[in-house]
Amino acid sequence: MSFEVDATVARGKERLSVRFASKRGITALFGPSGAGKSSTLDMIAGLLRPLDGRIVVAGEVLFDSAQGIDLPPERRACGYVFQDGRLFPHRRVADNLRYGWKLAPPERRWMSLDVATSFLGIGHLLDRMPATLSGGEAQRVAIGRALLSGPRFLLMDEPLSSLDAPRRAEIMAVIERIRDELALPILYVSHDRAEVDRLADQVVELG
Amino acid sequence: MLNAEEWGIVALSLKVSACAMLGALPLAFALAYLLARGRFPGRILLDALIHLPLVVPPVVTGWLLLLAFGANGPAGRWLERAFGVTLMFRWTGAALAAAIMALPLMVRAMRLSIEAVDRKLEGAARTLGAGPWRTFLTVTLPLSIPGILAGLVLGFARSIGEFGATITFVSNIPGETRTLPLAIYAALQMPDGDAMVTRLALISVSLSLAALVASEWLARRSGHGRGGHVL
Repeated sequence: MSFEVDATVARGKERLSVRFASKRGITALFGPSGAGKSSTLDMIAGLLRPLDGRIVVAGEVLFDSAQGIDLPPERRACGYVFQDGRLFPHRRVADNLRYGWKLAPPERRWMSLDVATSFLGIGHLLDRMPATLSGGEAQRVAIGRALLSGPRFLLMDEPLSSLDAPRRAEIMAVIERIRDELALPILYVSHDRAEVDRLADQVVELG
Repeated sequence: MLNAEEWGIVALSLKVSACAMLGALPLAFALAYLLARGRFPGRILLDALIHLPLVVPPVVTGWLLLLAFGANGPAGRWLERAFGVTLMFRWTGAALAAAIMALPLMVRAMRLSIEAVDRKLEGAARTLGAGPWRTFLTVTLPLSIPGILAGLVLGFARSIGEFGATITFVSNIPGETRTLPLAIYAALQMPDGDAMVTRLALISVSLSLAALVASEWLARRSGHGRGGHVL
C-alpha cells in the first residue's frame, strides 16, 4: 500500500471525512472544487491536523489519533508540489532548490542538484529570482525543490492548472518520468478528467 | 557650522536614540510578532497599551516613568539595588523615555511586515524539512526585514524628536540629558540663542526627513511590490 488515509478534518463548521487506500504509482484524487482535495494533501503533509483518524504512507504511520502519533511536517519526508508553486521569493532558484536538499539527511538525498536540473531542464535558471520566472519555469523549479528534499512520496496539487497547453504537456511528461523512473508513490490532485486518465494508475473520487 | 557644544548635543542625541533603538528592537519585534500571529485573550488590550504613548500627553508618560523608575519607584529601586543603575537625570533615562515613545511606531511597522509574510511559504518550508525555528529564521524573518528596518528608522526619527517625556523624567541637564529638542528649547529661552536655534532646528529637520524617506523606501520594498505604508 502506498497511501492509506482514513481521517476527518474540520472545515469551518463542516466536517470532512476522507477514506481511501491506494497501491503503487500515481493515485489521482479527483473531484469538483471544494470536495476536500487540497485539505487531504495538507493532512498528509502535516500542515492540517485531522480531528481523528489514521494516515499511513509507504508503511510509515504519519498520523494516528488512537496511538497519539502526529509527526510534524518536517519529519514526514513528503515532497509537496503546490498549485501556486510557493517558491521562496527572497532566494534565487538555486537556493530554493537546495533548501530541502541541505536539510535532508545524507542517506535520503537520492538525487543531486545536477541530476535534478538536467532532469527538469532548469539549469539555465539557477541564478534567477523566482519573480522573474514564467509559470512553467516556476512549476518545474517547484517540482525540483520537492524532489531534492529527498522525499519518500510526492503530493502534487494541480501542478498544471496555472499553465498553458504547451507547458502542460511539458510538465506532464516530467511527471510521467518521475512515475516511471523514480518509482515514488505520488498523490496527484486534479479536476481534469483527461489529465487523470493519462497519468493515474488509480483514481479516488472525492465529493 | 556647529560649534563644539552643538556637536556635543548632536552626538548625545544620536547616542540616546541609538541606545533606545537597540533596546527597543527585540521588544518591539516580539510584540509585533505576538500581535500579528498570536491569538490570545487580551490581545486588543495589549495592542491598546502599546499604542498608549502615541496618544497620552508625553508629560504624563514622563511622570509615569518618574513614578516607576524614580529614586522611590519600584523599578528604580530594583535597578539601583540589583545593578547599581540609576536612570533618573541620566542619559540612559532619556534613552528609556525615547524608546517608550518610539515603541508604538516600531511595533506598527514591524507588525505590518510580519502580517504581509505569506504563511503558505512557511508551510512549504516545513514540508521541505525545516522545523519551526528554522522556518522562522529562513523564511519569516528575512521576508519581514524591510519592515523591521522601516520600524527602526521610523523609531529612530521619533526618538530624536522626543521632548515631553524626556524633560519630565530626566530634566534638561547639559551634557547628560540635553538632547536636540531640549537644547533648542533651552536656546529659545536665551536672549541671543536665535542662531543656535536655527542651526539645531535645521539639523533636526534633516535628520527626521532622512529617516522618514528611508523608512518609506524600506516599507515599499517589503510586501514585494504590494506596497505597505507605515505612515
